[in-house]
Amino acid sequence: MKELLLIAIGSAIVNNVVLSQFLGICPFLGVSKKTETAAGMGGAVVFVITISSFVTALIYKFILANEFLMSKGINLTYLQTIVFILVIAALVQFVEMFLKKSMPALYQSLGVYLPLITTNCAVLGVALTNVTKEYGILESVVNGFATALGFMIAIVLMAGLREKIEYNDIPKPFQGTAIVLITAALMSIAFMGFSGMI
Amino acid sequence: MNKNVERLYNGIIKENPTFVLMLGMCPTLAVTSSAMNGLGMGLSTTVVLVLSNMLISAFSKVFPDGVRMPAFIVIVASLVTMVQFIMQAYTPSLSESLGVYIPLIVVNCIILGRAESYASKNPIIPSVFDGIGMGLGFTFGLTCIGLIRELLGAGQIFGFQVLSLSWFTPITIFVMAPGAFLVLSCLVAVMNIVRAKMEAKGKPLAAPSGCLTGDCAGCGHAAICGGKTATETAAETKTE
Repeated sequence: MKELLLIAIGSAIVNNVVLSQFLGICPFLGVSKKTETAAGMGGAVVFVITISSFVTALIYKFILANEFLMSKGINLTYLQTIVFILVIAALVQFVEMFLKKSMPALYQSLGVYLPLITTNCAVLGVALTNVTKEYGILESVVNGFATALGFMIAIVLMAGLREKIEYNDIPKPFQGTAIVLITAALMSIAFMGFSGMI
Repeated sequence: MNKNVERLYNGIIKENPTFVLMLGMCPTLAVTSSAMNGLGMGLSTTVVLVLSNMLISAFSKVFPDGVRMPAFIVIVASLVTMVQFIMQAYTPSLSESLGVYIPLIVVNCIILGRAESYASKNPIIPSVFDGIGMGLGFTFGLTCIGLIRELLGAGQIFGFQVLSLSWFTPITIFVMAPGAFLVLSCLVAVMNIVRAKMEAKGKPLAAPSGCLTGDCAGCGHAAICGGKTATETAAETKTE
């Protein structure tokens, strides 16, 4: 239990996926103009990464690193990148169809962002990190959920700040993306303060 | 001008992926803590890009439209896996420091972007040169950013101490995560000035098309996700 908690805090706050690992920069910059949209995007990312880390962990354990095949000398783990990216892309499409059909309310709030995260590097990044760190299935799910929660925290905070930045008088060359990146740098410095926690 | 030379010039200078198009920002931010890392990442991306452009240009007519994108992804992912293993075998320390960002070349927008916008519509030789040009342009961009960060953050260039520590106090923050954002934001600001100057001269630069613009229209993944911004997608689903 303590280990799971450490994994969760470590990937949600200390090694924040956007601010210290630079994964998922695209939605972080692109969808952070309004707090409402940012929260929706964050929710969709939590949903997708949690499911995808569960599915990829299952596939890794029972197919790619299958004990029976391994004992016969067949090691399929080299296929991980190819298999993961295809599984994630298919999974996101499937989840979108499922939500649209059976949970229209949830689809309205989260589903619309799903196509945008099909090839988000954070989703593939988490799946690969789970394998590199040799996490089991439960640990993978916890790590995936916590990483995505870290993304949600970062993007919602950023959207809140950007709504205020709108009213500021910014030097012309820094208007637009440049000031957002400076804000991200300051947030990143703030998040570095958590590194003493673990 | 010879078409192949034009492709090289286009990739390295006119449509430089880092400085002008602003593509592939995740690796740009993540691996440029030193010039060596930037160079390594740039060259491995170049290898993948050249080979994927070659294969995609050769086979693009074979794939039916419905499975075109998945087929591209499988090709790119296989190439990335090969590059990853070669790096693990011959440059283990570089492979260690680039870590998860090597397999993540698969989702780099430059690669699928070039496949979609150039290689799938052009013959093999120009596609290969397009890959070389874009790849070298990316390598150049990453190495430059790496140099700046390494110089400010550690007083080193490619690992050699050029600023003596007796009078220079390294600004360590530049080799850490916030430094990446700071350097990139200054780069964006400088490019905004350059862009305005070139516009005034009547020679406008190509518009930035990556994630930094805040919309996905120019992203290589547009074919998968529909290429609309979140607000557009939301508006569309609501009217349905």
